[in-house]
Amino acid sequence: MKQNMKSRLFSSETRLSDLITAHPSLLTLLTRLGLSLGFGDRSIDDVCQDSGVDTDFFLLICNVYTFNNYVPSTATILGTDMTGLVPYLEKSHKYYVDKRLPHIERHLDAIAQKLKGRIGQVFISFFQEYKQEVIAHFRHEEIEVFPHIRALMTGERDKTYSIGEFLHTHSDIEGKLDDLLNIVFKYLPPQVDDDNVLDVVYDILRLSEDLKKHTFIEEKIMVPLVKHLEKAILS
Amino acid sequence: MKQRLLIVEPSELIIEGLKSILEGQIRFKVLEPEMSADHLVERLVAVHPDIVLINPTLVEHVSRLRNEGTMTLVALVYQYVEHDRLKQYDGVVDIRDSRAVIIETLAQASPGEADAGRSNYELTKRETAVLVQLAQGKTNKEIADALNVSVHTVISHRKNITHKTGIKSVAGLTVYAMLNNLIDESSLM
Repeated sequence: MKQNMKSRLFSSETRLSDLITAHPSLLTLLTRLGLSLGFGDRSIDDVCQDSGVDTDFFLLICNVYTFNNYVPSTATILGTDMTGLVPYLEKSHKYYVDKRLPHIERHLDAIAQKLKGRIGQVFISFFQEYKQEVIAHFRHEEIEVFPHIRALMTGERDKTYSIGEFLHTHSDIEGKLDDLLNIVFKYLPPQVDDDNVLDVVYDILRLSEDLKKHTFIEEKIMVPLVKHLEKAILS
Repeated sequence: MKQRLLIVEPSELIIEGLKSILEGQIRFKVLEPEMSADHLVERLVAVHPDIVLINPTLVEHVSRLRNEGTMTLVALVYQYVEHDRLKQYDGVVDIRDSRAVIIETLAQASPGEADAGRSNYELTKRETAVLVQLAQGKTNKEIADALNVSVHTVISHRKNITHKTGIKSVAGLTVYAMLNNLIDESSLM
């Protein structure tokens, strides 16, 4: 990693409130990482310790979310306590499925009402199919991948799954969201031009960005970590 | 922006002559020529020339080429060609024309810069036809057979459609096609 990049990354001494003021989008990460609001003027380290969250792990995720070209080195990954990774990924899945997707769906439903004939139905079912694909994608990880990682972390090796399979089958879940974005802001007829369209465009953009980072964390942090754990247990 | 010019002509002598005339003309960028019309359709879809300078004896139906894009078609003649046939072109270059007249003819026939960019993001007739079939659930192979083109050409069309609309998935393109009234409800499965 380049030196100038390293100096830009957040440190544990930074006030948590300063971090959030500079990068408000990180606010949505706090609960997923196990922190609550009401942290006052305390440093990141203090807040993390009080909440039982590993500070380095918290910073790693915040840095990945904020700096687009930051790829943590294997040394950084292996030098960080990763106990919180799987719970974080699970909470993220829940956040997407229970909060973000239903939110977008409500706006799309309102838009679909204004479309004439069967178009509204085709429009909304495009989203519903996408939602089912995302849920299936997450479920696969929760059933196959996460238990495997949990076992490895407690020193067990189950032979049924290997992380090598993960990258082969890890499908793209942002692509259709980009399609939806293009449809919503470019091709909807003018009569549905209302607040719902603007709201949903922002929601989709936010979710799309979030999912890209989520995929990045799985592919660039989780996979190298698990590869290492698998190897360590075999030897 | 330079006008991208594709020469379609069987004679190497004529091709080389034209290249030397157009060389150094800042208005034109001469693409790798085609010596027959065998793969012309694929080529048009892949490279999107602005101007096609073509020997009219090589193609029977000019309309088939027009389906593939918004290019200007200029006939390159060195023998007698029926008037009705030439009428289908946007301009005519005779190989006996002077250097200046050839350049002038190509410049006149080609759209100006303002026009050139305007419809670049609109789907061509052929792209629309591919889109409609995609929305109806057809495979690349089925579309190729229906439109009498190669699967390779269908894939190129799909790339262009995605490039223009920003939509990748078939499901998304179906919504696009409906919103633009390209398909009606009854044609959906």
